[in-house]
Amino acid sequence: METTEKKKKEYQQAVKVLSPNSHIIKNCIWAFFSGGTICLIGHILRKIFESFNYSEDKTALLVNLILIGSSALLTGLGLYSKMGKKCGAGTVVPITGFANSMVSPSIEYKTQGFIFGLGAKMFTVAGPVLVYGITASVVVGIVHYFIAG
Amino acid sequence: MYKRIGRHTVKIENPVYIVSAASYAGKKEGEGPLGKYFDFVAEDIMLGEKSWEKAESMFFKKAFKTAMQKAGKTFDDIDYLLAGDLLNQCGGSTFGLRDFKIPYFGIYGACSTFGEAISLGSMLIDGGFGKNILCGAGSHFCSAEKQFRSPLELGTQRPPTSTWTVTGSGAVVLSSEGSGPKVTYITTGKIIDMGIKDSGNMGAAMAGAACDVIEAHFNETGRNPDYYDVIATGDLGDVGKALVKKYAGEAGIIFNNNLTDCGIEIFDNETQDTHCGGSGCACSAVTFSGYFYKKLLKKDIKNILLIPTGALMNTDISQQGETIPAIAHAVAIEMG
Amino acid sequence: MKVLEYLRAFITGGAICVIGQILIDKTKLTSARILVLFVVTGCILGGLGIYKYIYDFGGSGATVPLTGFGYMLSKGVIEEVDKVGFLGAFTGGLKSAAGGVTIAVVFSLISALIFKPKDKN
Repeated sequence: METTEKKKKEYQQAVKVLSPNSHIIKNCIWAFFSGGTICLIGHILRKIFESFNYSEDKTALLVNLILIGSSALLTGLGLYSKMGKKCGAGTVVPITGFANSMVSPSIEYKTQGFIFGLGAKMFTVAGPVLVYGITASVVVGIVHYFIAG
Repeated sequence: MYKRIGRHTVKIENPVYIVSAASYAGKKEGEGPLGKYFDFVAEDIMLGEKSWEKAESMFFKKAFKTAMQKAGKTFDDIDYLLAGDLLNQCGGSTFGLRDFKIPYFGIYGACSTFGEAISLGSMLIDGGFGKNILCGAGSHFCSAEKQFRSPLELGTQRPPTSTWTVTGSGAVVLSSEGSGPKVTYITTGKIIDMGIKDSGNMGAAMAGAACDVIEAHFNETGRNPDYYDVIATGDLGDVGKALVKKYAGEAGIIFNNNLTDCGIEIFDNETQDTHCGGSGCACSAVTFSGYFYKKLLKKDIKNILLIPTGALMNTDISQQGETIPAIAHAVAIEMG
Repeated sequence: MKVLEYLRAFITGGAICVIGQILIDKTKLTSARILVLFVVTGCILGGLGIYKYIYDFGGSGATVPLTGFGYMLSKGVIEEVDKVGFLGAFTGGLKSAAGGVTIAVVFSLISALIFKPKDKN
């Protein structure tokens, strides 16, 4: 097997041709309906809490509590990963997916102990989300201060 | 006395018999097309242990012990132990085999480890450094996912090019005396990197290395593919096999339906949802020890060129943007 | 129309997830990168005042996806800056996210205590 740069380029091209592609249309349909359904459930919950005349903050918190709690339960029972296989981004992008990304390593790494296992690995995905989310919010805050202030 | 017949190939002159083989596999492998050939199929792949890593070690312990007992040997009869796996610092094999009290060489060739083990074991015997050698490899789906990919319960989609790490361990006893199929030629592969970065397409990353060692084997032995009843790569899957056919073909090596892949044999990709096939150290180890070894003994096939393939991945270095180097080792095994 | 409101939540949430799916399939981005991208995008769109329109249209369809988490961060930080001035930039975001993050931490810990790692079959 030659390993010249030219041969490598040609090989990588052949890999592209011979590799099956993701069923992007099918995946998108699943993502749309599953993601939409989770959001619809969120909206129904919100309307229920709003009907109790709860404040916006309290309503949002209660909706999160139920969605995250359900995701944690489904993850623990091994069902969320089964849904994720079909639904793809439909179960990754909602807040339930964020919860799944924290619960799943916590369960998996429990065997490495409570500190470096469970405690540290809980944030393998959530950590970067918080790091860049919080940083973005600081930037937004500073920009807002100088523009609006 | 000089046994090298080419840049990559050595001829084993003093007989090396594979006197026994043992295969321990997981539930999913047991449900696959080769299920009935394995010595043991675990209903619960935790094997009663507390972690996936410990379960992997237990697979090693059981498979290696069984291979030794089948050969009618004890720990004291075995001169060397050769083993390796995918976990960091080869934890799966070393922790599983630590009670064996046999002089040990830990080896790492990623999923090609089984080929590396038989290669080195045969050379040790041919060189007169040992009479009986216990060697093998293994892997575990769950510990491999945990180390290389993501937690099992993370809701992600596996790409269609991905392969499924085989759970299990396969071991053989090589001996200078006895009966069984003989190791005749060993073609040792070079590290080949075709510039593939996608860790979800390991078959593509490894096919270049497989082609390289296949070309070397046929050029240096003067044999042609028709000589072998079976030519089985380790864990290339559908994509890798197609690439081998294409590029070996371009080098003038044409297979007559005798080319297969252990990863394709071990699972039914359609019904078992394994996408491109099986992978991992255990893939070639249990497929050879369970299936091909028995076919050789029954004389269903008279010889096989086994080519375990390995992607020499390092998760840290991959995250630094590097491409994936690969390796493959060819071992010719023939019934007398 | 009440039904329309639910339909809008469904469509908005679904559409945001489809964007994520296209990114996964076309760019091979891992889910971790998608989540980071969505939070940061939500935060920036919130800061620019654009996400508010998506929120007004989609309701929970805009808040349940992780872009909504980013939007919440931006909303919190802007409110805090308006209230306490410059230093609000360092507290507003996380303050608004405190509930969601704490809930996720506590549930993760509880789940890990209850459940065992399972095989994927």
